[in-house]
Amino acid sequence: MTFPILTSLVALPTAGALLLLLIRDDEHDAPLVGRAALVISLLVFAESLLLWARFDPTSADFQFVERYSWIPAFGITYAVGVDGISLLLIVLTAFLTPLALLASWESVHKKMRAFCMCMLILESAMIGVFVSLDLFLFYVFWDAMLIPMYLLIGIWGYERRIYAAVKFILYTMAGSVLMLLAIIGLAYQHRLVNGAYSFDLLRLYDLSLPASLQVWLFLAFALAFAIKVPLFPFHTWLPDAHVEAPTAGSVILAGVLLKMGTYGLVRFAFPLFPAAAILIAPYLALLAVVGIVYGALVAMVQPDMKKLVAYSSVSHLGFVVLGIATMNMQGVQGAVYQMLNHGVSTGGLFLVVGMLSDRRHTRLIGEFGGLKAVMPRLVAAFLLITLASIGLPGLNGFVGEFLILLGAFRWDPRFAAVAATGVILSAVYMLWMFQRVNYGPVTNAKNASLADLKPREWAVLVPIVALCVVMGVFPNAFLRPMEPSIDRMLSHVQEGSPVFARAADAAAPATSEAPEASAPIPVEPQEAEAAR
Amino acid sequence: LNFAPFTAIVPMACVTAAALAAMTAEAFRSPGERMPIGPLGAIGFIGAALAALLLWDRSASSFGYVVADNFGLFVTLVLVVIGMLSLAISEATLDREHLPRGEYYALMLFATAGMMLMATASDLLVIFLALEVLSLAVYVLTGIRRDSAAAVEAAFKYFLLGAFASAFFLYGIAFTYGVTGSTRLDRIGSLVAAQSMSPTMMQLLAVGLLLIGFAFKVSAVPFHMWTPDAYEGAPPAVTGFMSTGVKAAAFAAFVRVFLSALDPLQPHWAPLVALIAAATMIVGTVVGVVQDNVKRMLAYSSIAHGGYLLVALVAANDTGKGAVLFYLLSYAVANLGAFGIVAILEGEGRSNDRVADYAGLWQRRPAIAALMAIFLLSLGGFPPLGGFIAKWYVFTAAIQGGYTWLAIIGVLTSVVSVFFYLRIVVMMYMTAGPAGLQDSRSAVPGMAGAALLVSAAIVFYLGLLPSRLLDIAAASVRTIF
Repeated sequence: MTFPILTSLVALPTAGALLLLLIRDDEHDAPLVGRAALVISLLVFAESLLLWARFDPTSADFQFVERYSWIPAFGITYAVGVDGISLLLIVLTAFLTPLALLASWESVHKKMRAFCMCMLILESAMIGVFVSLDLFLFYVFWDAMLIPMYLLIGIWGYERRIYAAVKFILYTMAGSVLMLLAIIGLAYQHRLVNGAYSFDLLRLYDLSLPASLQVWLFLAFALAFAIKVPLFPFHTWLPDAHVEAPTAGSVILAGVLLKMGTYGLVRFAFPLFPAAAILIAPYLALLAVVGIVYGALVAMVQPDMKKLVAYSSVSHLGFVVLGIATMNMQGVQGAVYQMLNHGVSTGGLFLVVGMLSDRRHTRLIGEFGGLKAVMPRLVAAFLLITLASIGLPGLNGFVGEFLILLGAFRWDPRFAAVAATGVILSAVYMLWMFQRVNYGPVTNAKNASLADLKPREWAVLVPIVALCVVMGVFPNAFLRPMEPSIDRMLSHVQEGSPVFARAADAAAPATSEAPEASAPIPVEPQEAEAAR
Repeated sequence: LNFAPFTAIVPMACVTAAALAAMTAEAFRSPGERMPIGPLGAIGFIGAALAALLLWDRSASSFGYVVADNFGLFVTLVLVVIGMLSLAISEATLDREHLPRGEYYALMLFATAGMMLMATASDLLVIFLALEVLSLAVYVLTGIRRDSAAAVEAAFKYFLLGAFASAFFLYGIAFTYGVTGSTRLDRIGSLVAAQSMSPTMMQLLAVGLLLIGFAFKVSAVPFHMWTPDAYEGAPPAVTGFMSTGVKAAAFAAFVRVFLSALDPLQPHWAPLVALIAAATMIVGTVVGVVQDNVKRMLAYSSIAHGGYLLVALVAANDTGKGAVLFYLLSYAVANLGAFGIVAILEGEGRSNDRVADYAGLWQRRPAIAALMAIFLLSLGGFPPLGGFIAKWYVFTAAIQGGYTWLAIIGVLTSVVSVFFYLRIVVMMYMTAGPAGLQDSRSAVPGMAGAALLVSAAIVFYLGLLPSRLLDIAAASVRTIF
C-alpha cells in the first residue's frame, strides 16, 4: 500500500492542533505555542512540495487517489485526489499558512494557543476542500471551514468583529445550504438512473441530466460559489470580514477562501452541468465584469487601506470568474493562474498592511505619508507586491490577467474590452494609495520614528516577493501541470452540451419544454469549437 | 407459567421496577440519610438496554398490545440514553435546589417507562395509556420546584393544554373505533386500506383529531404554545429530559400510527402535515431569534427540530422513517448536553439563564464553553457533527419523497437557527464577561461532567462515523412497515 499522502496532508494540521493542547495555555508559553504551530505548518508545506514533486504533470487524471467507503448505504465515499487544477491551490494553502502564523506572533495578544489551533484546523479543512472527489465529503469540508474562520474573525478581529463574523457565516451558509440540496438532488438523480445513490464526482460527471434540472442545480451551486468568490452583487460580506479580521485571517480569507468559490466553479458547477453552464456563462461573465469595474471604483475612494485591498479583491476575482466563463484554454488557464497570483499578492498586501497597522494601530491612508524615508525596506517590498497586484509585466499578475483577457477576447470581445478598463483602474487605485502612503514628506510626527523590517518580518515578506518574481518570469513551471487537466475539463464541458442536445431531440415529443430550453445549445458549441 | 407473552414488555418492566425501588427507598429512608437512588435508576436502564438488545430482531409481542419490533426497540434504546444522561445531569440540580430525590427519580423513571410503552404499543388505547403515564409524571416534574412561581405556572399551563391534547387524542381514538370497530393498529390498517379509495367524513375526522393530539405532544405549530413556558419554568435537567424523551416517544407513536395504520389515507393527511412541518420550522426558528433567555431559545429550537422530524415523517419513505430514528438520537444527545450545561451553570438563587449571562464564559470555564459550542453547533447542523448528518438524512428523505419545497424551507430555516445558536457562541467566546466575576461556583459534579463528555463523544461519533447507525436505523424501519 502506498503512503496516503493526501490524507496525511489533510490530517497533519489537525493532528498538530490537537498536539498544541499539550502545551499550557498562558502568557508565558505563548511563544512556544507559536513556534510549534509554525513548525507544524512548515511540515505541511514541505509535504505539499513533495506532492508537487511527485505529481505527474503530463497526466490529466486525478492522482494519488484514495478511496474508502464511508456511508455505503448512500454511496458516500471518502475519496481524495489531485489533478493539475487543485495541486497548486493546495501548495498555495500550505505556503500561506506558515506566513500568516509567523505574521501573527506579535499581533495576537490573547489566547495564542486557541488562535494557532483555529488556523491549523482551518488549514486542514481548506486542503480537504481542494482534494475532495466526493461531493458529500466536499460539503463537509466546505462547511467545517466556516467555524474556525468565524472564530478567527470574531475573537481576534478589530472593533466590529462580531458583526463581521456573524455576517460572514450567515452569508456563506445561506448560499451553501442550497448547494447541499442540489448535491442531494444530484445524487438522487444518479439513483433514478443507475439504481443507487452516489456522491462520487467522477460518476456524477458522466450523468446526463435534463436541461431544466441542470439549470436549477447549476444555479444552486453557482449561488454558493458566487457568494464565496464573491461575485457582484453578493460581495457585501467581504469588506466587513476582511477589514475586521486579524491579519492572518485576512491573508487566509483573501489568499485561499475566496479561491474556493472559483475552484468550485471550475471543478463542480461547470463540468457537472455543462449545458446549463454554457447557457448561463454569459450572465456570470456580465456579473464578473460589473464586479471588476465596480470593485475598482469603490476601492479608489476607500480611506482605509485594508478596505481598499478588500475591494480590489472583488475586482480581481471578477477577472478569475470571467476567465472561467470563457470556457477556453487561455481563459481558464489564466483564471487558475490568477487564483494563485491573487493569493500571493493580495496575501502579501494584507501582510504589509498588517505590519503598518501593528506599528501605528491605524490603517487609514490619511494617517500615513512619506514612509519611504522612514522605512525604505518595507516600502520596497510593498512596492513590489503592489506592482505584482496591478499586473506589471515581469511580475505574476501580468501573466494571469493577460491570459484571461486573451481568452475573453476570443470568446466575446465586449467583455474583454470592459474588463481591460479594470486593469487601468487597478493601477490608478493601487498606485494612488501607494503614493499617498509612502511618498512625499513625513506629515505625521508619529510616523517619523517607525522601525523598519524586523528579521521575523523579513522572513514573512521575502518568500512572497520572491514568488511574485518567479511566477512572473517562469510561468510555465506553474502552467504546465495544470494544462492537461484543464484540457480534459474543457472537452468534457463541450462534449456535455451536444450530447445533451441530441438527448433532448430524442426526447422532444415527450416533453414540450425540452426543445425550448435547449434552443441556444446548438449555437454555443460551434462558437466554442471556433474559439478553440 | 408461560413467560412468553411477557417478553416484549421486559424493557419497560425493568425501568418500572427501578422506579418502584426508588419510591420504596425514599419511603424507608431515615431523615438526613443519603441513599444512592440515582444508581438504582441507572441499573434499571441498563437492564432495559440489555433486554432491548436481547429482543433485537425477534419481533416479540405481548398480548397483542405491545410489539417489541426493531423500530420500537431502537426508540427504547434512545430513551435509555436519554434517561441515563438525564439522571447524570440531574444530580447538580437536586442538591442545589434541595429537591426530593426519591420522588424526582421515581417520576423520571415512570415517565421513561411510559415513553417506552408508547414507542412499542400497537394499540391506540395502550398508546393513550402510555401517553397519560408519561404526561402525568412530566407535569409533576415540571412543577417540582414548588416554591417557584414560574415552575408552578409552567406545570399548570402544561397540564391544562396537555389535558386538552389528551382529549383530542381520545376523541380520535373513539372516532376511529366507531369507523373501524377496533383499536388495534393492524386491524385499523387493513380496514382503512380496504376503503381508502373513498374514506368517510368520519374517518377523516378521526385522523384529524389524532393528528392534533400528536401535534400537541411533539409541540408542532400551532399547538406549540405551552412549550416555551413549560421549558423555561422547569428545572433545566427536567427540560432536557422532556424536550428529548417526550419528543422521541411521541414521534415513535406518531410514525407508527400514521405510517402504518393510517398510511393508506396518506394523500389526505400528507398536505396538512407538510403544512404543519413548514410552519413549525419557520415559527420555531424565527421566534427563536428574538429570545433573550437561553432556555426559551432552546425551547423554540426544539420546536424547530420537531419541524424537521415532521419533514422526515411526511416524506413517508424508508429513508424518512430511518431519518426520524437517527434524528431523534442525534437531537437528544446534543439537546441534553446543552441543557446539562444550563443546569450546571445555574447558580444558587440566580438562574443564570439569560443569553447575556454567558458572556466571557470561555475565559472562566473553557471546557464548559467548548462543550456548549459543540452541542449548539450540532443542533445547528454543522459538519462534522451528528446534527449535520441528521439534517442531511432528513433532507434526502424529503427530496426522495418529492418534497423539495419543504427541504428548501428546512435548509433556509436552519441558517436562521444558526444565527441564534451562534449568539450564545458569540457571548461565550467574543464578549468580555463582567469584570471581577471570578468563578465562585462549584466545580462540575463528576457524573454530570462524564455525561457531557459522553454526549460530546456521541455527537462526534454520529458525525464522523454515522454509517453503522444509519444502517441500523434503516434496518429497524423495515421490520414493521
